[in-house]
Amino acid sequence: MEIRFENVNFTYQPDTPFENKVLHDINFTIKDKSYTAIVGHTGSGKSTILQHLNALKIPTTGSVWIGDTEISAKDQVKSLNDIRKEVGVVFQFPEAQLFEETIGKDIAFGPQNFGLSEEEALKRAEEILPVVGLDASFMDRSPFDLSGGQMRRVAIAGVLVMKPSVLVLDEPTAGLDPKGQFEMMSLFKELHEKQDITIVLVTHQMEDVADYADHMIVLDEGRVVGEGAPGEVFQNEQWLQSIQLDVPKTVEFAQMLAEDEQWVLEDVPLTIHELSDFIMEKLQKSAVQGERTGDVDG
Amino acid sequence: MDKLILGQYIPGDSFIHRLDPRTKLISSIWFILLIFMASGWWTYGLLIATVFIAAKLSQIPIRYYINGLKPLTFLILITVIFQLMFSQGDTILFEFGWLRITQEGLINAVLIIIRFVLIVFMSTILTLTTTPLEIADGIEALLRPLKRFKVPVQEIALILSIALRFVPTLMQETEKIMNAQRARGVDFSAGNLLERMKKVVPLLIPLFISSIDRADQLAVAMTARGYHGGEMRTKLRQLVWSRNDWLIFGIFTGLTLFLVVGRFII
Amino acid sequence: MSLISLQNLFYRYTTSSEKFVLNDISLTIEKGEWITLIGANGSGKSTLVKTLNGLNVPQKGEVTIDGLALNEENIWTIRQKVGMVFQNPDNQFVGSTVQDDVAFGLENIGVPREEMIERIDQALIRVGMENFKQMEPARLSGGQKQRVAIAGILALRPEIIVLDEATSMLDPKGRAEVLSTVKSVKEESNVTVISITHDINEAAQADRIFVMEQGQIKHVDTPEEIFKLGEELIDLGLNVPFAEQLKEELARRGLNVPEEYMTEERLVEWLWKYDSKM
Repeated sequence: MEIRFENVNFTYQPDTPFENKVLHDINFTIKDKSYTAIVGHTGSGKSTILQHLNALKIPTTGSVWIGDTEISAKDQVKSLNDIRKEVGVVFQFPEAQLFEETIGKDIAFGPQNFGLSEEEALKRAEEILPVVGLDASFMDRSPFDLSGGQMRRVAIAGVLVMKPSVLVLDEPTAGLDPKGQFEMMSLFKELHEKQDITIVLVTHQMEDVADYADHMIVLDEGRVVGEGAPGEVFQNEQWLQSIQLDVPKTVEFAQMLAEDEQWVLEDVPLTIHELSDFIMEKLQKSAVQGERTGDVDG
Repeated sequence: MDKLILGQYIPGDSFIHRLDPRTKLISSIWFILLIFMASGWWTYGLLIATVFIAAKLSQIPIRYYINGLKPLTFLILITVIFQLMFSQGDTILFEFGWLRITQEGLINAVLIIIRFVLIVFMSTILTLTTTPLEIADGIEALLRPLKRFKVPVQEIALILSIALRFVPTLMQETEKIMNAQRARGVDFSAGNLLERMKKVVPLLIPLFISSIDRADQLAVAMTARGYHGGEMRTKLRQLVWSRNDWLIFGIFTGLTLFLVVGRFII
Repeated sequence: MSLISLQNLFYRYTTSSEKFVLNDISLTIEKGEWITLIGANGSGKSTLVKTLNGLNVPQKGEVTIDGLALNEENIWTIRQKVGMVFQNPDNQFVGSTVQDDVAFGLENIGVPREEMIERIDQALIRVGMENFKQMEPARLSGGQKQRVAIAGILALRPEIIVLDEATSMLDPKGRAEVLSTVKSVKEESNVTVISITHDINEAAQADRIFVMEQGQIKHVDTPEEIFKLGEELIDLGLNVPFAEQLKEELARRGLNVPEEYMTEERLVEWLWKYDSKM
C-alpha cells in the first residue's frame, strides 16, 4: 500500500501560548513494497510524521493518503481501524506495551480489537510466533519473564499478527547489543523480501539505512530536506553533517581514502562488499599500470 | 501533551510570580477564610476587587482564569439549582407546581456563584504563577514545625518533589503506551463507561509495571549517590522572604480587620 | 597499592539459587586506568560493578577501594569515591531541574549551601551544561541528562566513574556527547573509568578490556588484542570493528592484509602505501 503526504502541516496546541509548529509542508510518497528509511536528528519531526502514518495524528492542514483513504482535518474518517490494521506501527521500546498474562493473549489482543474471535486470534498468534523467532511453547508463558530482546519480539509479533501491508518501525534496534540488532534487522529484511511488506524504518543508524533501505527521506526542523536512493543521499557528507546526521562507515572510509586523489571512487559504497570490490578494482588497475610502466622501463 | 508537561504554570516575572510561595499559599487559604467571613454586598465587593487586582498584577490574560472555572461549571450549576429549589423564603418570585423560587434562594445562589468564582480565581492565581516545585518547597517550609512531632517532613518533601519531577515523564509514557495500543486497534474514546474502563487495562498495567521498574532503578541510583535519610542533609533550595511578602501580609491583615470590624459595626 | 582490588568475590542474588552470578573474581585496577567490561548478556558485568560501592554485597570475598576495605562503616565514604552512571537517563534524574539534580549528592553528604553552589557550577562547566541550570529533565535530550548525571558525580570529587551501559539508550549524537565528556573529564582529573558497553568506539578508549563469561573474568587484554577476536566479539556483545570487517572482506578477495589490529586511519594509509608500491 502506498502512503502519500500532500502539503502536510502539523501544529501542536494551535492558538495557545504553547503553540508549536512541528511539520512544514511535508510532501513525499512511500511506495508500495518499498523499504523506506526516514532519518533526521532528534526533534526533526520524525516521530510526528510516524504518528501520521496510521492516523494517530491528523494533519492540521494538508492530507495524508493511506492507500485510497484520505486523512485530513476536513472530514473525519469513520473507521480508523481499517487503516491501523493495514499500517502496523512498532514504536520505540515496544516491549513497554505488553500487558497480558500470557504471550499468546498479548499477541492476540490486536486482532480481537479488529473483530476476530478470541479463538481465531489465538490461532493466529501461535502462527506468528515462529516468524519472530520464538516457538509455540511461548504461548502460555508470561511476557514478563522474558529477556528484553525476547519481549521486544513478542511486541513485534503483536503488530505483525494483524497482517499489516505496511510495517512502520521506530528505532527498532535501540538498546539492543550488536548481535540483537543484527537479528532484528534480518527479521525485517525477511518480512520485506518474502512477504512483500512495505517497510518504513525510522532510524539513526545510517549503516542500517545503507544496508537495507531502497529509498530515504531526510528531515530537518520539520521539513523534508532531502530524498532519494541512499547511494545518492549519502554522497553529500558535509551537508548531512550540517544537519547533525552521519554517513555510514563505508562512506566515511571511502572519503578517507579519497584524500589521496588517486583514490576518488566513482560511486558511494553502501556495503562492505561494495567497498571491498572498489578497493580491489583500484588495486588491480594500479597493478596493471605498474606492469606496463615496468615493461617500458625494462 | 506539552501543556501537561508544564503543568498549569505560566512563566512570567510579575509581582505575583516573584512572591514567596509560602506567601501565596498562606494568602490563598487566608482568602478562602475571608470569603466565609464575608457578609453584606460591600464585603463581597472588596473581595472581588482584591482578586481582580491580584489577577491584574499577575499579568496573565483573564481567559486563563475563566478556563480554570470550566471543569467546575457542572458542580457550580448543581449547587445553584439546589439553592434555587430548596432555599426557604417568604418572597416568592416564581411558582410552578411544587417548584417555588424565592428571593432568598436567588440571593443565596448568586452568593454561591460569587464564592465559587472567588475561590477558583484565587487558587488559579496560585497555580498559574507558581511552579509545582515552588509549591512543594512552600509546603515543606510550612510543615517544618511539625518535625518536632516526629513528622518526617524532609522525606515527605523529597517524595513530593520526586513525584512532581516524574509527572512529565509519566505523561510521556502514558501517551506512548496509548499510541501503541491505539495502533493495535484500541479506541479509548468509544463505548460506554464500562467498556471504556475495560480499555484502560492495557494502558494501566504497562504503566504500573514501568513505574515499578523506574522506582526500583531510581532507588538504586539514589543509594549510589549517597542518599541515606534526612538527618544531616543540607539543601540547595532556599526560599527568600522579601519586602513584597510583608506587604501582602500587611494588606491581608488590613483586609481581615476591616471585615471583622465591618461585621460588628455595619 | 592498587586503587581497586577485588579478591575471590562470590555473589548470588538469593542464597536459594545455586548458581553464583559472580564466581571467584579477583582483579586489580590502578588509578587513572580506563577499563572496559565486555561479555554476553547475563555474564555478570553489571553485577560486578555494583559490588564496587556496595550496591551488591558479595557473599564471599573482599572489595578494597582506595585503601578502604568495603564495610558498613565506610560504605558512604566509598559511595562518594565511586560514582555511577546507569543505563536509563530518566530513572536516575532525581532533581526537578539540572542544578537540583547535581545538588542531590552534595545534599546527601551535607555540603554547606555556599560551597554547594560553587561545586555545582564547576561540575556543570566541566560537562558543558552550565547554560541549562534551571532546565527541567523533560526538556533535555538523553545525552544531556547523562551529562548531568556525570556532573552530579563530579561534584562529589570521585576517584572512580562507572558507566553501566550509560550510552546504550542514546542516539549516536548523545553517545558521542557522553563519550567525549568522559574523555575530557578523564584528561583533566585522571579519574579511573570503568565502562560496560556494547559500543566499539567506547570500548576502544580502554587501556584494558576485561572479558567476562559466566561470572568469571576469562580474558584481560588491550583493545588492540581483543579486537582481533573478529566474529567472536559479537558473542561478547560488541561489534567487529569496521576496519577488521573490511580487512576480512579484502582477505577473502585475495589481498594479503596484515594481521595486526588496525584503526581505520592506519588501514587507509596501508592501502595507499600498498597501492603505490605496485
